[in-house]
Amino acid sequence: MVPEKTRAAHDETSEEQRSGKTPDHEKQYVGFATLPNQVHRKSVKKGFDFTLMVAGESGLGKSTLVNSLFLTDLYKDRKLLNAEERINQTVEIIKHTVDIEEKGVKLKLTIVDTPGFGDAVNNTECWKPITDYIDQQFEQYFRDESGLNRKNIQDNRVHCCLYFISPFGHGLRPVDVEFMKALHEKVNIVPLIAKADCLIPSEIRKLKERIREEIDKFGIKVYQFPECDSDEDEEFKQQDRELKESAPFAVIGSNTVVEAKGQRVRGRLYPWGIVEVENQAHCDFVKLRNMLIRTHMHDLKDVTCDVHYENYRAQCIQQMTSKLTQDNRIESPIPILPLPTPDTETEKLIKMKDEELRRMQEMLQKMQQQMQDQ
Amino acid sequence: MEPPAVPEEEEEEEEKEGAVPLSMAPGPVGCQLFGYVGIEAVLDQMKIKTMKTGFEFNIMVVGQSGLGKSTMVNTLFKSKVSRKSSQPGQEERIPKTVQLQSITHGKVTTTGLCPTSPWDKQGTGLGACSCVHSLKTSPTPGALLFPNVSSPLTHLCPTVIEEKGVKMKLTVTDTPGFGDQINNENCWDPIIKYINEQYERYLREEILITRKRKIPDTRVHGCVYFVPPTGHWLRPLDLEFMRRLSRIVNVVPVIAKADTLTLEERAEFKQRIQEDLKTHTISVYPQEDFDQDPEDRALNDRIREKIPFAVVGADQEHQVNGKRVLGRKTKWGIIEVENPAHCEFPLLRDLLIRSHLQDLKDITHNVHYESYRVRRLNESNRPGLSPLNGLPGKGEASSHL
Repeated sequence: MVPEKTRAAHDETSEEQRSGKTPDHEKQYVGFATLPNQVHRKSVKKGFDFTLMVAGESGLGKSTLVNSLFLTDLYKDRKLLNAEERINQTVEIIKHTVDIEEKGVKLKLTIVDTPGFGDAVNNTECWKPITDYIDQQFEQYFRDESGLNRKNIQDNRVHCCLYFISPFGHGLRPVDVEFMKALHEKVNIVPLIAKADCLIPSEIRKLKERIREEIDKFGIKVYQFPECDSDEDEEFKQQDRELKESAPFAVIGSNTVVEAKGQRVRGRLYPWGIVEVENQAHCDFVKLRNMLIRTHMHDLKDVTCDVHYENYRAQCIQQMTSKLTQDNRIESPIPILPLPTPDTETEKLIKMKDEELRRMQEMLQKMQQQMQDQ
Repeated sequence: MEPPAVPEEEEEEEEKEGAVPLSMAPGPVGCQLFGYVGIEAVLDQMKIKTMKTGFEFNIMVVGQSGLGKSTMVNTLFKSKVSRKSSQPGQEERIPKTVQLQSITHGKVTTTGLCPTSPWDKQGTGLGACSCVHSLKTSPTPGALLFPNVSSPLTHLCPTVIEEKGVKMKLTVTDTPGFGDQINNENCWDPIIKYINEQYERYLREEILITRKRKIPDTRVHGCVYFVPPTGHWLRPLDLEFMRRLSRIVNVVPVIAKADTLTLEERAEFKQRIQEDLKTHTISVYPQEDFDQDPEDRALNDRIREKIPFAVVGADQEHQVNGKRVLGRKTKWGIIEVENPAHCEFPLLRDLLIRSHLQDLKDITHNVHYESYRVRRLNESNRPGLSPLNGLPGKGEASSHL
């Protein structure tokens, strides 16, 4: 009886839907549970954007890793500099933008590269161009956000910075520490151990411990993975725990596909064996990719918007207001402010009026006093 | 030209009263011997003598920290000494014949040289002490990550190794902290100063009136420079260092930790390094200018094609195919250090020890030391100088490039 009823009900429902009336069992159901689907559909249409910065000394495999992560060949036209060009090399900022689409979801990926970082003999303040760039992007977003036409704001803020630590040292080098301290409050830093195929497992363990200790010691705030909710299932929690324990990730990248055990895999072919990039026993590449793209991409963007950008904005506004009260001449750090900026004449007038008001108030108070006394 | 059939002594007499003035003589005339004279026994006499006195060899290892310099030196001299049979199935740590581990990171702070000179009065110095000295004040170990002073040098007291009756007094100088700071300008200065100080010491001994029969030789015979395996090119720091040092000492560049490069990457990297060296006219050992004859040149050319050697150092042994080999064990295979298909460590070892050790010493003595000497004597060319007084005092002792 019951199945028939429900079937009948279902038939009724569709009939009623077709005739435009609300079926009974849907009357208690408001329907906002479909909101995530709506958001999903809209986002798919709009597409996502993500800006990733890679930083570290030359020759640590940054370009190769980026190619491996996104399975594209962003750097195929790269030409390595010759000797003369290298002598006067300074730190540059180079942006590559690529549109990737997978199963209907579009991603506009921007990779910000920093060639020349840490390569010179004297590397004092070599991170300055990078901090300047990040600040510029924040400033531009701030201006756009405070502007009048906010329909198509382009978000060029850097969402994540992958910092490559050299595996040849005994931990963090002075350059590494200074760079991370200069940037940890402006961008999400994810430290990585580069070229991990030159380390045997015990060395990797020791190096990771050492780096973790030094990060704590110097008070560097790297990107922290958010805690998973208590209602997530055990498997997810286990994965999350493993992820946190393997930071910083020891990664290997490869542009070439080799044959290993009858399968074609991304890897590096050595005379003594084959390193498979996507083999979890060989390196943490899979963990990094999952974290960066599959699970934490949105969180990275949120932290950038909510924490780093807000810090910048608060600092900026504070600077502006303190300057306004200090100087006679208004010198706003942002050249074009949407707020009405009074020029010097009106400023003077306003000040005069303020003075007058104050004097009148004082006089009023005196008169009141006199009246009271009388 | 008919060779005069005369024995050696008569030939000498002839030259003295000969019609041909010496200045026009084309050179010593070869002559044929009728019988066995025994000239070649000189070789045996030399051999016995040198075995008694032993050899001295001083090398310096330079490079950023963590590139495996200490491990490399251990591997170099461990693989030379014959190993006793070890228990099978155990990973064995090499017993260190060279005490290098103790010289890392900021030890004893004594300025100047060790008061207990390692050389005895005859200058043969076969005793070895196990203390470690710094030539400059070095910072406390905890602060080594950011030392304010540029890299201190640590000088290992000579250790004697022996093989088949031949004794070698080996001194290794390490340079911890080189190139690790943010601002590395002039980090090569302490090294240059050290090398020149050794030349100075030798020069002073040589100039004395009553000088020792065998002057203790602390001059650096070879400097092994470790290039990080970036795979791209030589960094500005590498170029600056090698340019300055190849003028005063034999520099042997090697690619450190080469197990991170595949064979193609290795070949490309080497080619780029060779181009770089050529562009900047840096002449590393074996230098082209000092090839003495075509045979030498052919041999050295073959070596020059392979410079810089891509090396891997290891101090642990593993079982491979029933043999115990030195290597590194990773999840994807075992890298055998002494396997020429895996890395070029055997080539480096052969170059430094088996074939070119004497050549390194000769070039240091005949070329680098001589040019230092000429420079110094020209500088100190004033009334106070003469072999009677020795060189002027300490204040003018150090010269610099």
